[in-house]
Amino acid sequence: MIQQERMTVVQQEKIAKNIYELTLQGEIVQDASPGQFVHIRVSDSFEPLLRRPISIANINKESREFTLIYRAEGRGTQSLSQKQIGDEVDVLGPLGNGFPVDAVPKGGTALLVGGGIGVPPLYELSKQLKARDVRTIHVFGFATEDVTFYEEKFSTLGDTHYVTVDGTHGTKGFVTDLLEELTPEFDTFYACGPLPMLRALENFYPEKQGFLSFEERMGCGIGACFACVCKTTDKVEKDYVKVCSDGPVFAKGVVKL
Amino acid sequence: MSNISIQLPGLELKNPIMPASGCFGFGREFANLYDLSKLGAIMIKATTVEPRFGNPTPRVAETPAGMLNAIGLQNPGLEKVMSEELPWLERFDVPIIANVAGSLLDDYVDVAREISKAPNVKALELNISCPNVKQGGITFGTDAVVARQLVEAVKAVSKVPVYVKLSPNVTNIVEIAQAVEIGGADGITMINTLVGMRLDERTGKPVIANGTGGLSGPAVKPVAIRMVYEVYKAVEIPIIGMGGVTCAQDVIDFMSAGASAVAVGTANFVDPFVCPKIIEELPKKLDELGIESIKDLIGRSHR
Repeated sequence: MIQQERMTVVQQEKIAKNIYELTLQGEIVQDASPGQFVHIRVSDSFEPLLRRPISIANINKESREFTLIYRAEGRGTQSLSQKQIGDEVDVLGPLGNGFPVDAVPKGGTALLVGGGIGVPPLYELSKQLKARDVRTIHVFGFATEDVTFYEEKFSTLGDTHYVTVDGTHGTKGFVTDLLEELTPEFDTFYACGPLPMLRALENFYPEKQGFLSFEERMGCGIGACFACVCKTTDKVEKDYVKVCSDGPVFAKGVVKL
Repeated sequence: MSNISIQLPGLELKNPIMPASGCFGFGREFANLYDLSKLGAIMIKATTVEPRFGNPTPRVAETPAGMLNAIGLQNPGLEKVMSEELPWLERFDVPIIANVAGSLLDDYVDVAREISKAPNVKALELNISCPNVKQGGITFGTDAVVARQLVEAVKAVSKVPVYVKLSPNVTNIVEIAQAVEIGGADGITMINTLVGMRLDERTGKPVIANGTGGLSGPAVKPVAIRMVYEVYKAVEIPIIGMGGVTCAQDVIDFMSAGASAVAVGTANFVDPFVCPKIIEELPKKLDELGIESIKDLIGRSHR
């Protein structure tokens, strides 16, 4: 159920260049699942006016906390990065449909592919997959070493491979370059990242089951404003889907890439 | 407690608050959040004869205290609105104002004739002011003669009162308001968005794929208030005011300027609970002002 709540900042830390890890406490946590997002109003004024959609990276229902990892880039996220412990933020959520954790049979293997700021939601996913006895392989691409994060954390959950475009950390190149080299065996892939990466993955694994999380400029975040629509392929009946409320996670082959 | 009910042509409003067209879809998303029967009315998303996918993305861009949008009248088309959306809305005790859009006069007439037959559609809102579709309604909204002819044609087929949504993108909005009144409009809704543009800081190119978009949000409220104020003086028919409404005080401002009811647009995207919040806040605000009936607010700027 979607709620609006003033959540409390319990932690805020810079974990890489312009990348922040923000932990919030509140009741919305209880309904959250991996791949879902929250829509945050960073200011009580009209500046900025719209909410900012941010994916959920880590969920702890016991402590009523979840963690968001975001890049402080524009006015909204920069202002969010200034929030201090004890501050309250207006949060709407949880929103959207997340990753289907049960798509991989127990004892199976999942390949998780992420690009840049698309990596965070895969952390909670990986945790939940591991809890179901699913083996995880992580292949994550970043622009450069400065903006990488969570390598140790992912390493405790499964095989972890980092790639950077400039070669400053891990293998040089794109995730697909590394996948070509690794040729991993797996049942299902889950991915979140820029469109070219998602497109490359769909073409790379035409026979595999896969789930892709999309990013699109949003207005309302609940499916009312029609800002974030994507055209669909012929495989589905609907002509379009809304990333915010029909997604952000779609099965491979739904969204026209 | 102040009485906040309002009667307008075709509309018995429990309160003067309604979500504006295009900011509320067909209500389904908001029905998950609160009881839509709380609303004074609902202005549903623009309906055209045929389904429309709308414009390419990006379709929205944030601006200081506002946003630009160029959705492009995306809607499932008249047939689906009649067979799915309107019947679904019947479960709520709320009058529907159907926003009607098109490219040609005949499109408006065709949609109006059919959609006005739906039992819960209590009024039409002619969208002659969408700035985001080529050869769209805007041509009807910027020429007084054409606007009047369109209203006459729609009035001839509609089973319910017809309101006309005015564009602020004109030299003289009063002239258009008077023209649609002569054409037989039962009311006016105003304002639609102001045409604007935002450029990408790096490339210098427009952010919105359509190039231009319609500006809405708190930034446009002073323009809307001024226009409602001017039109109120010039016409006899009621006005439903809108443009940057986010709280009960904004509603009071619009009604003071001359609006008989008020629509909430962009604020629904910022806070999906904004309409019920305003409805709850409004009687308290009126009590503070010592106003017993909300009707006493209408046009008080002019007295």
